[in-house]
Amino acid sequence: MAAYAVAAGQAVLVAALAPWLLGWMRAVRARLEGRAGGRFGQPWRDLRKQLRKEPITPADAGVFFVAAPPVLMATSLLIAGAAPYVSTRGPLSGVADLVVVVGLLLLGTVALALAGLDTGTAFGGMGASREMTIAALVEPTLLLAVFALSTRVGSTDLAAIVAAGAADPARVISPVGALAAAALAVAVLAESGRLPVDNPSTHLELTMVHEAMVLEYAGRDLALVEWAAAMRLSILLGLLATLFLPWGVATSLHPAALAGATALFAVKVFALGGLLAAGEVFLAKVRLFRVPELLAGSFVLGLLAVLTASVLA
Amino acid sequence: MNPVPTGLAAAGVLAATGAAVALVLPARWRSAAVGVATAGVGAAGAAAGVAAVSGHGWRAEYPDVLPLAGVSLAVDPLAGWFLLLTGAVAVVVGVYAIGYAGRGGHGPGARGPLALLPVFVAAMLLVPAAADVPTFLLAWELTAVTSLLLVLVEHRHGPAVLPAGLWYAVMTQAGFVTILIGLVWLAAAAGDPSFAAIQDAAGGLSGPVRGGVFVLCVAGFAAKAGAVPLHPWLPRAHAEAPAHVSALMSAAMVKLGVYGIVRLGFDLLGGGPRWWWLALGAVGMLSALYGILQAAVATDLKKLLAFSTSENVGLILLGLAAAGLLASAGQPAVAAVALAAALLHAANHAGFKALLFCGAGSVLRGTGVRDLDRLGGLSRRMPATTALVCVGALGAAALPLGNGFVSEWLLLQALLHQATDAGTLWTVVAPVAVAVVALTAGVGVATFVKVVGTGFLARPRGEEAAAARESPPSMVAGMVLAAAACCALAVLPALAGPALDRVTAGLRAGPRPFEGGAVDLRLAGVGSTIAPLWIAAGVVGLAVATAVMARLAGRPRRRAAAWDCGDGPLTARMEYTATSFAEPLQRVFDDVLAPEQDVDVTPAAESAYLVRSVQYRRRLPDRIEARLYRPLIAAVEVAGRAARGLATGSVHRYLAYMLAALILVLFAAAVR
Repeated sequence: MAAYAVAAGQAVLVAALAPWLLGWMRAVRARLEGRAGGRFGQPWRDLRKQLRKEPITPADAGVFFVAAPPVLMATSLLIAGAAPYVSTRGPLSGVADLVVVVGLLLLGTVALALAGLDTGTAFGGMGASREMTIAALVEPTLLLAVFALSTRVGSTDLAAIVAAGAADPARVISPVGALAAAALAVAVLAESGRLPVDNPSTHLELTMVHEAMVLEYAGRDLALVEWAAAMRLSILLGLLATLFLPWGVATSLHPAALAGATALFAVKVFALGGLLAAGEVFLAKVRLFRVPELLAGSFVLGLLAVLTASVLA
Repeated sequence: MNPVPTGLAAAGVLAATGAAVALVLPARWRSAAVGVATAGVGAAGAAAGVAAVSGHGWRAEYPDVLPLAGVSLAVDPLAGWFLLLTGAVAVVVGVYAIGYAGRGGHGPGARGPLALLPVFVAAMLLVPAAADVPTFLLAWELTAVTSLLLVLVEHRHGPAVLPAGLWYAVMTQAGFVTILIGLVWLAAAAGDPSFAAIQDAAGGLSGPVRGGVFVLCVAGFAAKAGAVPLHPWLPRAHAEAPAHVSALMSAAMVKLGVYGIVRLGFDLLGGGPRWWWLALGAVGMLSALYGILQAAVATDLKKLLAFSTSENVGLILLGLAAAGLLASAGQPAVAAVALAAALLHAANHAGFKALLFCGAGSVLRGTGVRDLDRLGGLSRRMPATTALVCVGALGAAALPLGNGFVSEWLLLQALLHQATDAGTLWTVVAPVAVAVVALTAGVGVATFVKVVGTGFLARPRGEEAAAARESPPSMVAGMVLAAAACCALAVLPALAGPALDRVTAGLRAGPRPFEGGAVDLRLAGVGSTIAPLWIAAGVVGLAVATAVMARLAGRPRRRAAAWDCGDGPLTARMEYTATSFAEPLQRVFDDVLAPEQDVDVTPAAESAYLVRSVQYRRRLPDRIEARLYRPLIAAVEVAGRAARGLATGSVHRYLAYMLAALILVLFAAAVR
């Protein structure tokens, strides 16, 4: 029972943190660019405003357009609850492993891409086409990183990987860990639609990917999509944090350990988010057709990680 | 009473009845009667399969049925698995065919095609049940001939049907010849044509004989399975055959090639050296990647599904290769997982591909086109077909909640397993295989998003799609059966666990791959678990909860025109088409696909800058076919023309040939 409470707590935690993380990243970026920037809590205020507004369905759209935001939200919530962010003793350790997490992320992407096509506008199709191309090319990198990580423990079970890392930190700080982290970091950038793969703050038709898909959403639907997208960013940064900085993740269900782990998780995710935002200041978006080169680079890193893992094992 | 022979006998009787009834009944009742008979054949075969995988063995000899060899049948769990798969597909197709063949009595509803349908199913059921080389070859050839005739059913409707039939005929017969040589060689070396005797003797055969037999037979089986580079018949035959025949061929017949490889490699020869499995794995990876890339850029719905069949066969072969390699490297536990993954993927593919081909037939019937660039807007006009195709596409895209996901997960678990004692070879091969599976899965997702998104959603892109109408209830019912099977396989794959345990145990491939578990699939050799039921419940439950809560908290939904930049209503020409959707992928994989593009710019008179019209043409020829088969065909043609010079019509010359042949034979006999 306590394990289920932990899972629900994690989902709520990620859902609550995600808009704050977005606000924090925007603030960091604004400060580094010499702007005043918006307030920390601005994304939360936007969400609250949009949630009260009326959702509008385009005339030609069908059930896919309406169903996509809840499905995207559901996949995000499920991963947030299943991944061992706070404790490795969640209820879902026997249900979902790292491969399932990758699959669920892809399911959310697909729901949004179909919604984009369902609107029947050129932008929707354009965004869907680009998003699916990138998603297809990220897949090998993601799974090779999974491979490298699972080698150490002989299982793709997330909780087992994190628990092994928390018990023996020396295993994480190793050539394998560094290579896998680099590979996964590039994949995370692509999956969460950050620079240099996609620019989340642009509405220029030549470059939009995620924004083009969700252009027709309004009101409550838009709020759900934006919220879920923010949660995906937190989820992915959280995965990076727990896989490569596993210190502090509770291996029991003791309340004090859980509280400490929660605070530490928030710190880690915000630190990674700050780093990402700072890095984005110095980056420009690359052309869509140069993204494969970037991903090929991260694929090679993943392959090296796997080979190193088996040589050092 | 043993249910296996009863089921098989019932299937045989029903097939004969169905064929006879098709020839006798008037057109009005013909398709209904034959559809029911075919479904009955399938149900009887599936029942026999269920009995076999739950532990009922059976073996019988009928020496008097055929001269010289006789007929020998045996059903073990492996045969049972494929009987079940074939039977289940036949049930779906039988029900679907009632509406698809219609009451008109033309095309697929004519006497011949309907009479052949149950015979084709029965022939396919006979293949796994065969227990010696002659029976197997007979059943194999019967399957090939009946399917060829069924492919040619609509030869009057399109110019592409006859070439498709020719390609299929040549490739399937060439495959048959290699299998014939291989199996006869094996039987001769073993001294007895029965599978049991071959099994006993195979261990003592020399390496070159075993290797030669494996290569010959696997070439033939892979051609039947549609593995690249032996695939060119597949997109042609699957696209031009009537939909229910495509469904039977793609979902069931292609699997018989897989069955052949499993039976030969793991059972008759009992495993082999590494190079067998490396070669098979290379073919599997090539098939998976090339198949899915061609599917991603295809716009013909049925051709796309056919290329996706090549892809899935590639994944299955990769699983078999991993199983063989791991078994030869002393990792029986993981080998059993890989074998189970391959077999489960065969069943999953049968489920979703039967559904998707039936869906494509439904679209073709409702609109008259199968070009995705001219479809769209079917979600309102054909809601049942759209919903059912979505279930199939979810499975084919190997996303969670779909049935393909579970078997790809299993395959990945086997490949991800770091078998340190399996040697350096595995260390190098496994990551490459994982990357190939991952890229295949990723491009597969994009492909099926394209199918659903551009084929069924938004506005119709052509008049045909705008005038679409829903298919008759029997077609929908057939698809519902397939969709139900897909859903069952997706959420409760653990139900197949005991059956797969028995199949792998029967092949002596290793210990049982599964550790029981009612809803979760727990792997014995690999420390991983998955509970698809809970994942599905979680996603669906959370999605419904989110939707309900958001609705309660917010305002009602309104429908309005999409943003059109103030330029009047959006037209279908402004939508993304299947071609434009796949364009980025096509550009990324430009070197592999080598598209031929043509841009013709016609300038207005007197000006090089004012353009009157621009024409853009793109063709995506099958590169392997162009590079491998065109030269081969040209060479055969040259040889044929040269051979014509040998037969001039002169009797003297023919007599000389005969004399020379006689001398040659006598000489050969004397030397020996």
